[in-house]
Amino acid sequence: MGVPIQAKGLNAWFGKTQALYDIALDIPPNHATAIIGPSGCGKSTFVRCLNRMHETVPNARVAGSVNIGTVDVYGNGTPAVELRRRVGMVFQKPNPFPTMSIYDNVAAGLRLNGIRNRHKLDESVERSLRQAALWDEVKDSLNTKSGASLSGGQQQRLCIARALAVEPEVMLMDEPASALDPISTSKVEDLIYQLKEHYTIVIVTHNMQQAARVAEFTGFFLMGRLVEFDKTEKIFTTPRDKRTEDYITGRFG
Amino acid sequence: MDNDKHSGHETHAWKVSFGRRVANSAATIGMACAAVLVVTPLVVIFSYLVYRGIGALNWSFLTQIPKPVGEAGGGMANAIVGSALILLIASAIGIPLGIGSGVFLAEYGRNRYGDVVRFTADVLNGVPSIVIGSTVWGLLVVTQKHFSLFSGAVALGIMMVPTVTRSTEEILLMVPQSVREAAIGLGISQWRVTVSVVLRTATAGILTGIMLAFARVAGETAPLMFTAFGNQFWSVSPNQPASALPLQIFYYATSAFEELNRQAWAGALVLIVLIVGTIGIVRLVASRGLMKGAV
Repeated sequence: MGVPIQAKGLNAWFGKTQALYDIALDIPPNHATAIIGPSGCGKSTFVRCLNRMHETVPNARVAGSVNIGTVDVYGNGTPAVELRRRVGMVFQKPNPFPTMSIYDNVAAGLRLNGIRNRHKLDESVERSLRQAALWDEVKDSLNTKSGASLSGGQQQRLCIARALAVEPEVMLMDEPASALDPISTSKVEDLIYQLKEHYTIVIVTHNMQQAARVAEFTGFFLMGRLVEFDKTEKIFTTPRDKRTEDYITGRFG
Repeated sequence: MDNDKHSGHETHAWKVSFGRRVANSAATIGMACAAVLVVTPLVVIFSYLVYRGIGALNWSFLTQIPKPVGEAGGGMANAIVGSALILLIASAIGIPLGIGSGVFLAEYGRNRYGDVVRFTADVLNGVPSIVIGSTVWGLLVVTQKHFSLFSGAVALGIMMVPTVTRSTEEILLMVPQSVREAAIGLGISQWRVTVSVVLRTATAGILTGIMLAFARVAGETAPLMFTAFGNQFWSVSPNQPASALPLQIFYYATSAFEELNRQAWAGALVLIVLIVGTIGIVRLVASRGLMKGAV
């Protein structure tokens, strides 16, 4: 089941450049929440702070607090590795492990965390690939084809399956469809629609129609600040802030 | 080019200037020549080795040990096995050390300590092999008071380290950051990410580096003169002086007996075939199945 995400006073830096200023945001469980905003506004940085990927960049720094369910993400003694198992992530560019088979790609998260039981792995691989709507396309070449040999859209669904296999509670998606053609994009969107029954989904997107299609809630970021957060419908029809309105009507960005 | 005739006003878009066509042909021919020039020395060396060596190459050459000087026949079986053993032990020393330090440089070496290791590896790469041989002689042979197969393997193993280190580092840096991020994002520990994802992705490239190092030391003669020394008899003990193909080739090529000169050529042919064969087998194994997609 999905869990809520709470960010409070969240600040982030790359070296001396501040990328996020005092973000406070409550993301509800079992819904899809879209993060929109122009390039460089900090939307990717924000989701990368949620699973502590931000700190893997040299000289990057975070201050403030994030709670995911009952876990204090930046609390003392919360191991980042443990946390990332509960918070799955899908990246902008599909990034399957190029030399692993389809099966090994999906099983990687479990295997590298020490699960060896073949039956359990088989089960998890099939379930994840079915959830990612990829099973029918790859079931005959699980062990014979490499992840890199799939098409771009299939690779992205493979990456989603790989993230699902470790059974996270939250799914972060950083522009998951921006490198995909329209058909693959709609497949990924359908997927998000189904996944939110079981997961809390945060999706960064450049595409406002996409935000409107898949997300119940939308947050608008501008220059490292959260300008407005509300029901998606509200953001796109009657935004409170002038800057939100300017952005969604295409006056800038 | 049909467009030229039918749509007159677009014709100029299709025309390539004479100068460009000349430049294009010149560049193509130039690169073809360069490719041929690269292959030529290997073909010449190999053909000449076959021409000089094939006469002395027969079954007993591969299966017998040297006969006493003056007697006809005999072979290099002990040198072939000696070379194989020396290279096996040298690889066991040089490859893990090289990969380990290569991983360190690529994943944790963006700092002053990394620069020191990098510089050391480059200097070690430039140290003449005879110096490495005499150093191992001073440290191992003198203290143990005898030449040995093992000391030869140590000398060659040390020589493998810098090549493997630097090529491993280069290849690991070519593994896209996105692959590391994917693994970190799955909640895999740093150690596992490095070993099971990054190294695995780079396997084919690392193998190429290992093969380069292997081929380089397989033909080394100078460091073995101080260490493995050579042996006219059958010996597979790491503690005894051992024969090796380059040594045997050297001794026979400088001999006054024509029979032995001929055997030296045959030995050189066998050495080349064994090196090319080893590289071929490793490449074949590496290119099978999924590793094909590796960096």
